[in-house]
Amino acid sequence: MTHVAGIDYAVMVLYSAFVLGIGVLLRRSVRTSEDFFLSGRSIPAWVTGLAFLSANLGAQEVIGMGASGAKYGIATSHFYWIGAIPAMVFIGLFMMPFYYGSRARSVPEYLKLRFDEKTRALNAVSFATMTVFSSGISLYAMGKLLHLLLGWSFDASILVAAGVVLAYIFLGGLTSAIYNEVLQFFLIVFGFAPLVFLGLRAVGGWPGLSARLATLATANGYAPGAYTRSWAFMGHAAQNPVGVEWFGLVMGLGFVLSFGYWCTDFLVVQRAMAANSMTAARRTPLIAALPKMLFPFLVIFPGMIALVVTPPASPPATSAQVAPAPGPAVTVTATAAAAPAGVVPPKLDPRTGAPLRDARGRVVLDYDLATPMLLLNFFPAGLLGLGLTALLASFMSGMAGNVTAFNTVWTYDLYQSYLRPGAPDAHYLAMGRIATVAGIAISIAAAYVAASFNNIMDFLQLVFAFVNAPLFATFALGMFWKRATGHGAFAGLVAGTLAAAVHHGLSLPAGASVGVKGGYLGVLATFPSELAQTFWTAIVAWVTCFLVTILVSLVTRPRPEAELGGLVYGLTEKPRDAVAHWYERPVVLAAGVLGLTVLLNVVFF
Amino acid sequence: MTLDVRMPIGLFFVLVGALLAVYGAVTLHAPGASPTGVPIDLVWGGVLLAFGVVMVLLAQRARRMGV
Repeated sequence: MTHVAGIDYAVMVLYSAFVLGIGVLLRRSVRTSEDFFLSGRSIPAWVTGLAFLSANLGAQEVIGMGASGAKYGIATSHFYWIGAIPAMVFIGLFMMPFYYGSRARSVPEYLKLRFDEKTRALNAVSFATMTVFSSGISLYAMGKLLHLLLGWSFDASILVAAGVVLAYIFLGGLTSAIYNEVLQFFLIVFGFAPLVFLGLRAVGGWPGLSARLATLATANGYAPGAYTRSWAFMGHAAQNPVGVEWFGLVMGLGFVLSFGYWCTDFLVVQRAMAANSMTAARRTPLIAALPKMLFPFLVIFPGMIALVVTPPASPPATSAQVAPAPGPAVTVTATAAAAPAGVVPPKLDPRTGAPLRDARGRVVLDYDLATPMLLLNFFPAGLLGLGLTALLASFMSGMAGNVTAFNTVWTYDLYQSYLRPGAPDAHYLAMGRIATVAGIAISIAAAYVAASFNNIMDFLQLVFAFVNAPLFATFALGMFWKRATGHGAFAGLVAGTLAAAVHHGLSLPAGASVGVKGGYLGVLATFPSELAQTFWTAIVAWVTCFLVTILVSLVTRPRPEAELGGLVYGLTEKPRDAVAHWYERPVVLAAGVLGLTVLLNVVFF
Repeated sequence: MTLDVRMPIGLFFVLVGALLAVYGAVTLHAPGASPTGVPIDLVWGGVLLAFGVVMVLLAQRARRMGV
């Protein structure tokens, strides 16, 4: 196993002490349920902006984007430059006035105000379930990774991490989560920046990385620039490693999935709702977009580098060892790990411990270990502690985001609405704390379910995707078409979810077997990759929800316009910007963000 | 707000930066301490320390100005 030195543990202990300390210090400021769930709407824009970004910086971001970088190259940046930034600009400019201005305490509550009770209930139940299970999946990934790389106990890893998150949210509520997310943001930046620097230096900078990846691309049957150019090979799915063509990418990822997540997911929207003014709430996603557009360099580059870099001659600590669980430990020294590709180790058969091979006999790489293995190979003791703490921080910030969103939706949208309406505020504050404990407990249980039945968690994630895909159509029609009705919204959401399930059940990615990957209703269409199938499933769900909502709305009775003020565009007064300087105005910030994003797309075209 | 978030963040990075810089200086010539040839603990410890100091100063300045 990789040796973790005393100095590394010291950094981790220091971090834990600080996040707990922040919770303790903020405990005194939590007096009402609004303090606990919404931070008393008192936080400045730069803090909510970084928290908005950090709540999304879970395991999927840091480990998953590194893995995608190793698998797909710079094309992974599409998840940022078209899969996040435009949606973040849209919510800041156009949707936040309704979320913040309506004084709704949650996204499901906005649905109640705009549509009706049943639409809110559907969204609240599905969202609450999704958040705790997502948190559990993240916890499982963290425990597995720490066991695999460092030999730490799976049980102890998840219990300690969950315990720390529980303590600081229980004490300081959303404010504590947001403050810690800002600390976690800086920790992730400072923990991964030297990794990119050392890695790039080892491969000869961007020119050296491009040359090495060009050789790999050619060997894999692509054009030399397939791993280092983001758009040039998107004309046809077969020409790029992502296996998606530009239309599916732009509509599926850039429009449906991206807007569906960034504009409707309460996990991120809650951070903006905690801002101290309407202008601050609108600036929140725009401020988050500035570092977000640079994150590909921090999280995707390590994966690309890990694939082709030659590890340093003398490994920093000892040999890195990968232990399949359960089964015998298989040593992958820094040098041996380079055998298949760079420092990315092969995926091991959990029963025999032997490397897995694909249909063509090639070794299957464990891309999820790309970033962690680069870290173990390039960081000496000391910096390794910082890197590992950054990894822990990413897991904790993702989990805290899910848990704070869960306790709010449970308490306000389910408990207060259906189980115990009209209780004193102190009762709901206590329920928020109980929900925090319950949310963490369910997350831990979900982590063990994931460890025992991996396919069940894959299936749950699939169901979540079906529920999420049509949501943006409901919100877009609700906010920008006054004729949309509650019956229309509910029918659209149900139809969109069913359409997603049917499309997925009738299609299959190339080379996959019938089951959780699709085809369970019969295979009518085959997609070149799993991502292409996901993008098209999302498109089908969105279009279905959009059309069904319109059709049902047209044959049902609309709400009087007088009831829709502050909820619908055209019936709401345009927000006035309360800023000291012209360059602080949301629209100016948005123009700058979009301009820089276009520039990045052009540079890496 | 009762707590300026820049203060705990600044203090954390001051402590971690100092820890790394001192450790990097002490182990400068130890085998395996600089696998890439860059005394990265020392250098990065200094960067973290400087960042931490800036955050603490910004928090103090805001407190003095009553922001």
